[in-house]
Amino acid sequence: MTLAEASYPEDLKYHAEHDWARIEGDEATLGITWYAQDSLGEVVFFEGPEVGAELTKDQPYAEVESVKAVSDVVAPVSGEVIAVNESLSDAPEAINADPYETGWLVKVRLSDPSEADSLMDAAAYAASLE
Amino acid sequence: MTVEQSVLRRTPLFETHKEAGAKLVPFAGWEMPVQYDGIKEEHIAVRTHAGIFDVSHMGQIEVEGPGSLAFLQRLVTNDVAKVGIGGAQYSLLLNEDAGVIDDLFVYRLAHDRYLVITNAGNHEADLAQFGLVARDFDVYVRDASANYAMLAVQGPNARRILEHTLHLDLPPRMEVGARQIGRRPAIVCGTGYTGEDGVELLIDPEIAPAIWTELVDAGVVPCGLGARDTLRLEVCFHLHGNDLTTETDPISAGLGWACAEATGFIGSDKVAVLRANGTDEKLAPFVIEGPGIPRQGNPVKLGEDTVGEVTSGTFSPSLAKGIGMAYLRTDLAEPGTELEIDVRGKRRAARVSSKPLYKKER
Repeated sequence: MTLAEASYPEDLKYHAEHDWARIEGDEATLGITWYAQDSLGEVVFFEGPEVGAELTKDQPYAEVESVKAVSDVVAPVSGEVIAVNESLSDAPEAINADPYETGWLVKVRLSDPSEADSLMDAAAYAASLE
Repeated sequence: MTVEQSVLRRTPLFETHKEAGAKLVPFAGWEMPVQYDGIKEEHIAVRTHAGIFDVSHMGQIEVEGPGSLAFLQRLVTNDVAKVGIGGAQYSLLLNEDAGVIDDLFVYRLAHDRYLVITNAGNHEADLAQFGLVARDFDVYVRDASANYAMLAVQGPNARRILEHTLHLDLPPRMEVGARQIGRRPAIVCGTGYTGEDGVELLIDPEIAPAIWTELVDAGVVPCGLGARDTLRLEVCFHLHGNDLTTETDPISAGLGWACAEATGFIGSDKVAVLRANGTDEKLAPFVIEGPGIPRQGNPVKLGEDTVGEVTSGTFSPSLAKGIGMAYLRTDLAEPGTELEIDVRGKRRAARVSSKPLYKKER
């Protein structure tokens, strides 16, 4: 069901609160990292923000819940939500099984693309977990 | 973690859990497995097959001597005189104000010998209360917790596997018997906290890892405290610290059936008054109608009024929705009542249900 081995793709940027961003031009796809989903356990509920909501870097914008715990999801970058992964309302376990692809949470239009410079690359993030 | 690892106690199965890759967390002063492979899978395994839980953190108090029955009648709420040799009974330990110090199981092992099972977090408070009350009775009270590892083996196939693997003749539901397990004296009880058939084993701590491994090898699924909590909440068993505290009374909690005021237990006067007059609040189970998972402490709303508080809430793996129990204004604590739960600022539609929330298909 879950990815047994830690993985942190090279093409993503990482936030210390265990969130990732895939930045493509002035848009970014956001999600939580392998470490975050592993710490949380099986995700049983995710309810995203509305399309049009404004995310602020370093601020929580949603929650993911496992059977036992609730965890804030922190925005790694600021921007306006342009899409929410609706498939997660029926299959939130995708966040465990595939946190970087089918388990993505939201897409945003970046309000300040330079914010990405403050994020970690995969190696720095992995090192921060040691 | 805010609790220092060094101050946490460990059960005889700690290394077994660690080697199996269990996720260990602090619980009531103990370092306990919260899950192995996943709470949902473990939960379903207990509902459909068999699971094993290390509940060695739970305490045991031995009560022995000619005054045992009179002592227990004074100390705990249920009518202990109804328990025959080899019987088991659920009971409460109250303070003078009818606040619940702990909920307990009383096993009668012999004519004048009982074993009381306590919750880990309350064991010291229980012992203090037992010691205080024992002064007035011809009874010997002893903390026996170090003598036992406690394993709960639960699920529709639990008995069959146990009988096969350990060559045991098991006592029926709500009965207890002395047995040999691993060539050591053991106590086997037809009790549990999951709503499934099964037993609890009180065994020599030295052989606990071998017995655990033998049962797991026979197909019993190792389960953590996470699944234990979802299983008990689906069948509306109380958890002390959540649904019962020294601030709650047995009548509001729906545990009047476990109180026999005629026995004169500590707090019985207060319980009699509450039973006669009724209480302002009642503990009621509820189901979330749409999305959302209720959590302990969430306010219960009727319009703009706060009419209660969630004491236990979780995601039910069997029902695939949010469930919980809440103390509600008594007039609202009836099955069918529609309410809202304020889950961190979001209103979630809920409906009061009857017990249990999960009903086994027969």
